[in-house]
Amino acid sequence: MSTVAAVVLFIGVIAYAVLGGADFGAGFWDLTAGGAEQGRRPRHLVDLALAPVWEANHVWLIFCLVMMWSAFPTAFAAITTTLYLPLGLAALGIVVRGSGFAFRKVVVRTAHQRAAGAAFAASSVITPFFLGTVAGGIASGRVPTGGYGAAIGSWLNPTSVLGGVLAVLVCAVMAAVFLVAEARRRDERDLEVWFRRRALAASAVTGLVVLAGIGVLHADAPRLFSELTSRGLVLVLASAVCGLAALVLLPRGAPALLRLLSVAAVASVVAGWGVAQYPYLLGDHLTIDRAAAPTPTLWVLVVVAAVALALVAPSIGLLFVLQQRGRLEAGDI
Amino acid sequence: MSPLAWAAQVASTTAVPVAAVDPAQLLPARQMMAFTLGFHIVLVPFGVAFTFLMLIANYRGIRRADQDALVLARRWSQVAAVLFAVGAVSGTVLSFEMGLLWPGLMSRFGAAYGFPFAIEGLFFFLEAIFVAVYIYGWDRLAPWPHFWTGVPVVLAGVGGTASVVAANSWMNQPGGITLRDGVVVDVRPLQVFFNRAFWYETIHMLLAAYMVAGFIVAGVYAAGRLKGRRDRRHRLGLLIPFTVAAIATPIQIFVGDVAARAVFENEPAKFASIEALATTGTHVPESLGGVMVDGRLRYAVEIPSGASLLSGFRPSTRIRGLDAIPPQYRPADHLVTTVHLAFDVMVGIGFALLALSAWFAWSWWRRRDVPDNRWLLRAVSVSGALALIALWSGWVVTEVGRQPWTVVGLLLTRDAVTRSGNMWLFFGGTLVLYAAVGAATLFTLRLMRRRWERGDASDDRTEAGDADVPYGPSRARDAVPPTGAGSR
Repeated sequence: MSTVAAVVLFIGVIAYAVLGGADFGAGFWDLTAGGAEQGRRPRHLVDLALAPVWEANHVWLIFCLVMMWSAFPTAFAAITTTLYLPLGLAALGIVVRGSGFAFRKVVVRTAHQRAAGAAFAASSVITPFFLGTVAGGIASGRVPTGGYGAAIGSWLNPTSVLGGVLAVLVCAVMAAVFLVAEARRRDERDLEVWFRRRALAASAVTGLVVLAGIGVLHADAPRLFSELTSRGLVLVLASAVCGLAALVLLPRGAPALLRLLSVAAVASVVAGWGVAQYPYLLGDHLTIDRAAAPTPTLWVLVVVAAVALALVAPSIGLLFVLQQRGRLEAGDI
Repeated sequence: MSPLAWAAQVASTTAVPVAAVDPAQLLPARQMMAFTLGFHIVLVPFGVAFTFLMLIANYRGIRRADQDALVLARRWSQVAAVLFAVGAVSGTVLSFEMGLLWPGLMSRFGAAYGFPFAIEGLFFFLEAIFVAVYIYGWDRLAPWPHFWTGVPVVLAGVGGTASVVAANSWMNQPGGITLRDGVVVDVRPLQVFFNRAFWYETIHMLLAAYMVAGFIVAGVYAAGRLKGRRDRRHRLGLLIPFTVAAIATPIQIFVGDVAARAVFENEPAKFASIEALATTGTHVPESLGGVMVDGRLRYAVEIPSGASLLSGFRPSTRIRGLDAIPPQYRPADHLVTTVHLAFDVMVGIGFALLALSAWFAWSWWRRRDVPDNRWLLRAVSVSGALALIALWSGWVVTEVGRQPWTVVGLLLTRDAVTRSGNMWLFFGGTLVLYAAVGAATLFTLRLMRRRWERGDASDDRTEAGDADVPYGPSRARDAVPPTGAGSR
């Protein structure tokens, strides 16, 4: 039962990495889009693509937190007492991001828009970085079972920094691919090119970081490295194949296919992390089984997740379909 | 004394009997939790109850082909969108704080009371999705289907509130778990969720949300009428929310009375603080106001046997005082004063709002129209602020009244709090950030109002300026009459 709960939790992590990640990445391009005039159209596309879905996407984070503290309470406390700095900063980043985005659409003066937009965009980069360092700290086994691990070293270490940088880059690549697809759907040629160039550039950087990362993991997180290259290898390779396919198809591929491939690339690499961790929740000192809450709690959580799947999946599907059809958007009559 | 200094004094004197073991993080963590929760809870009524007001206006708009009601519904949905975004992120911070501030609570009892939050997450999911569908659905969905996409928002608001309050009420009256050596080894989920405090706390909070949203929105339009805006939109914008709030008020007073008696029965320590009752006894007077000094209530107005009558319907009803609490768990004077006064403020405001509702109803009955008495309109325009103060006071009673416990009888707050990090720094950063977000929210709402006023002044129908409102319909579409209404 504890494994089932862990799988459910990890599905939440994957969903947040994919859906939340694409939203964060859009913020990255927003931040780097240049001056007000120059960046107006890419920013507008980001607005249109994000506005209806970001809150729903954001809920996955809450889902992960709640699953974690109900199903694996001691591990949750161990993580929060150790990685409190990046978690606290990420929480504040989320506040700035959400409200900055909501306000930017209301204010009309450039100065106000710039302030709100900068808040949204900068925190869109900072937040995934810190969340990535948290993932790195957990993955490299720096969270002790009893919590209260190294306040700085737990997230300022090679694996964490790699996790943070990769999180920002992967979000950026995924968002760029999404936005290429979005621009193609809207038949906005120049924007398509604009985002395609950036998608390629970001992918190249990501590729280099991944190559360097192999060395980092080998030295800094040997257990994770050996599991990733054995049990998790299929998923890592699948991720690489999907990612490359998305880039190859970028100039012509159907928008839906591009999205699917980039989602698959991110989902499989995160799943690879999950498989490599198994059967441990923290490093190689706390197993999923030992960290798990009593069985009735796990049952309730799995049932809630199933009900959520039954209720939320169709409604979120409705929202995505309506959004993709453009029926729910302002200003495209 | 400044509120902060006073708060510091409250906490420092609380710490006196246990000063040696209170971690440095306790005070800033409590202040931070209170502040962020106090911030978030302002937004809750807008997600839970304001959306209901919006649907009433929407329903009326379609049913009676009422353009003004539809315009109101649409504008309210845009306000709800902005506040929902701020509520979503400030709620997320609370989730983080559960672990960052209270790891002792989560590691020991996360298995027991964590899952109501999972159910809340489910409702919040549905709410977020349907808020988006509803707001984007204006003019893109047929009128009735569009209306129905708003209904899950209201229902999810009720379900979400119930789930969060289930977790909170469990902390007040924990049950449904088996402990072995302080570790939760078995959980009976239904008993956890539907604990003994669940029903009255949930209904009390829901009604509070409807009162706060109703009185605040009515207050905005009452202020508009005071400035001479007497159009139909201001009439409807005053009437719809005020009616809802005025209906909720007497029910709330009844539910509050039931709740107070349940607290008397099941949470004697909290009740002793509410009554600021030093010694156990019968014929206990109802004390209004006053301050605890050296373990005694001073300067209070007393109604003979009032408290005994209210809690047991007989003057001979015995009420346990603070002396019944073991000394090491006895709350300090300042805490008792805080709880006692917060309770008085909440009840006082409740009756003031009841009187206001009656006054409004009476004027309506005499004129068969929205009252124009300036004093009445002034009272309505501040009623929202009062309702909000009552909501805050109620939560102060629940939360401060539970101290020194986080989970009554099972976990002390000083054992729940984190021991890592400089919480004052974190709290300070949060204060600055929330101040900016709060100011930006008010600024944004004012901007939207100005734009609507300009639109109203230039042309009643086209709603110029709505194009710039978040999630708002484009100007082009606004020239077309809103859905359905035109065809009737």
